[in-house]
Amino acid sequence: MDSATISEPRPATSGGAEAPPRLRVESVTKQYPGCLANDDVSLSVEGGEILALLGENGAGKSTLVKVMYGLVAPDAGTIFIDGREVAITSPAEARAAGIGIVFQHFSLFESLTVAENISLGLDNAADRRDLGRRIREIGARYGMALDPGRHVADLSVGERQQVEIVRCLLQDPAILIFDEPTSVLTPQAIEGLFDTLRRLRAEGRAVVFISHKLEEIRALCDRATVLRGGRVVGTVEVAATSVNDLARMMIGRDMPAFGSDHAGKPAGEALAVRNLSLSPADPHGTALDDLTLVARGGEILGIAGIAGNGQEELLAVLSGERPVADPGAVLLNGRQVGRLGPGARRRLGLGFVPGERLGRGAVPPMSLSENGFLTAHWRLPLARRGIISPRRRAAFADRVIDEFRVATRSRATAAQALSGGNLQRFIVGREILAGPSALIVAYPTWGVDVAAVAAIHAALVALRDAGAAVVVMSEDLDELLALSDRMAVLCRGRLSAPMRVRDCTPERLGLLMSGATPLETADAA
Amino acid sequence: MIDTALVLAILVSALRTATPLIFAALGELVVEKSGCVNLGVEGMMLVGAVAGFAIGLTTGNFALAFLVGALAGAALSLVYGVLVLFLMVNQYAAGLALTILGGGASAFWGQRWQGQNMRGLQPVEMPGLSQLPVVGSVFTRLDIMVYVALAAAALIAWALLRTRLGLVLRAVGENHDSAHALGFSVIRVRFAAIAFGGAMAGIGGAYLSCVITPLWIEGMTAGRGWIAVALVVFATWKPGRVVLGAWLFGLVSVMQIHGQGLGLAVPSHILAMLPYLVTILVLVLISRDATRIRLAAPGSLGKAFRPTA
Repeated sequence: MDSATISEPRPATSGGAEAPPRLRVESVTKQYPGCLANDDVSLSVEGGEILALLGENGAGKSTLVKVMYGLVAPDAGTIFIDGREVAITSPAEARAAGIGIVFQHFSLFESLTVAENISLGLDNAADRRDLGRRIREIGARYGMALDPGRHVADLSVGERQQVEIVRCLLQDPAILIFDEPTSVLTPQAIEGLFDTLRRLRAEGRAVVFISHKLEEIRALCDRATVLRGGRVVGTVEVAATSVNDLARMMIGRDMPAFGSDHAGKPAGEALAVRNLSLSPADPHGTALDDLTLVARGGEILGIAGIAGNGQEELLAVLSGERPVADPGAVLLNGRQVGRLGPGARRRLGLGFVPGERLGRGAVPPMSLSENGFLTAHWRLPLARRGIISPRRRAAFADRVIDEFRVATRSRATAAQALSGGNLQRFIVGREILAGPSALIVAYPTWGVDVAAVAAIHAALVALRDAGAAVVVMSEDLDELLALSDRMAVLCRGRLSAPMRVRDCTPERLGLLMSGATPLETADAA
Repeated sequence: MIDTALVLAILVSALRTATPLIFAALGELVVEKSGCVNLGVEGMMLVGAVAGFAIGLTTGNFALAFLVGALAGAALSLVYGVLVLFLMVNQYAAGLALTILGGGASAFWGQRWQGQNMRGLQPVEMPGLSQLPVVGSVFTRLDIMVYVALAAAALIAWALLRTRLGLVLRAVGENHDSAHALGFSVIRVRFAAIAFGGAMAGIGGAYLSCVITPLWIEGMTAGRGWIAVALVVFATWKPGRVVLGAWLFGLVSVMQIHGQGLGLAVPSHILAMLPYLVTILVLVLISRDATRIRLAAPGSLGKAFRPTA
């Protein structure tokens, strides 16, 4: 790809016998056993254009992305770059053809450093030279502070995504595919990312932007190709299409309602952390610094913050994965539970939905009924004297699947076979049906489709109305603002005093999150 | 009180005892870094031992003997490679089968060499080092393979940390799905690693039959292959610690033999346990940091790789 073609933006609306599109995908069909993932899918994207690829989970976006990146061989279909047919049978060929991708599910190696991870994705030895400096450079240019020497295992979800983005940008691709890149960014960071994407567009690159967030697509994209059930529903000019129309195309009906009414009625204290200081278990972690948190029954408390400011540590302290020496540092319904582990806390009425669905929220190869049993048996009589009751276990799983509309063949399906949205519905449902008096939910809608987001939000609100305390930790500020009754900001291991959500603006929160405004911590009684 | 000559003799003996372990364990380390556990080290050492001995005895050319020993070990490891990588056989079962197969095959082919003697690989004088005061004589009594083993450890440590090849190997072992997604051939990398591991185990075996006891006896590895496998884990997949562990094992092995000779009032079976106990204890003590182990242990270790369509 010669640089002149990249640096000269082509007007997206040129008429007449114009040049062929930068990337054209023609009639891609891919049949999996029991599922037609892509059915005659075509799309095209011009240089200097951002195309939104819109669709629910299971609509076939991931398969299409894999086809474009050479990871999946389609049964039929052709890819053209600048009008020439190209055979892309491996990621290396895709990269050589100028296609770069930022995956939704990160292809990162935990035990390797940031620089090593990025180096693995670079095919030319020349690109790998002086890598540390270039990572810092690109990171700084696009507002991502990455330390090349850190191990990925110690990075948060948000930071891991930054590694993927930098890796992709380092290859200077003419075509960039972003698979749901904004789900974990702060408003400022999303704006930063959008600036980056607009700059890439201005440089004449073709960008494919995959997202569920319709406002983002409205703010950023030129055209949108909408997929549903493996087929293209249509391609529209974004400026001429309303959010509701986009939603209707995507899910086939009207947009479901998000968030909550902010009408929580905070009652007694359900879950509290008192003046807790704690050094991190991980050498790269964040120490908690005199942290006080009070969540009341009947409210949703949102905890905002940029990844790596103590989220992992606070979650571990709340869930009991990391017991603390002082029993009174963590209180559940007034009981001192600091030294209790996760199981004992669940028995006392704590529910926990961790950020990593597979591996922490669910055991990937185990069935849904087994996964349901694993956490619910602390609260519900699913076993007697250590002997599992298969009937009750099945009944519980079926109830979760039924009430939370988990799309699965049966309760015997392995957790790892479910899409992100469906598995999250199951995990949230499982926790709620165990009847907790306090529920901690981390990153509830990361990589989850629109319908599932609405369902999960509604479930959390219903739990709140039933009198439980709900603590939601997220890096997605829009979601927290939509859902919370009160919000607190976590920054450098310190937690601000909670603010009523109507006093919060994204700008104010953003400043607190970045540490630009000092936090006022809660006064522990 | 302390007999310098005895101490030096123990040192020489310990360094030689450690050498086959270093070879075999380094090979296994590379295999495990690629994400496979090959429990067939014992079997591969045995075929290496019989092949090395046969060539050493008939040609007197030890370079050739070690080469053929390596090839024999590598050839056997390919059985494991095909089973595990292409037929998706459970890695542990395949490794155990390899140990049994190697034991049987080496006994079968070794029949005609059984009980024959040869003059083993002779020590070389290390220029420079042999001039050192007191310990200098040690460096006149070691053969070249002792140094080759150490060089191999340094080379592997460097390659794992500093080269592209090492990075790709670690990546494949850490997360084969991600490595596949990035376009690396998981199967090819693992196949090469397994063959390398086989070759190193074969060299280790040949060292036993060509240097330590220059003859062939059925089952002469006597569990050293298993020690090598254990060393890799207790050394938290670090070549330097593998060498340290092997030395320690060699030292305690030799010392307990001398202890038995001196008629210590401790049952000889207890003394015979010492090398294993001490090695494991020391390695466990120096690698207690759970975080560092998490970073060193290959994430996909022992898992079968099935590329998703």
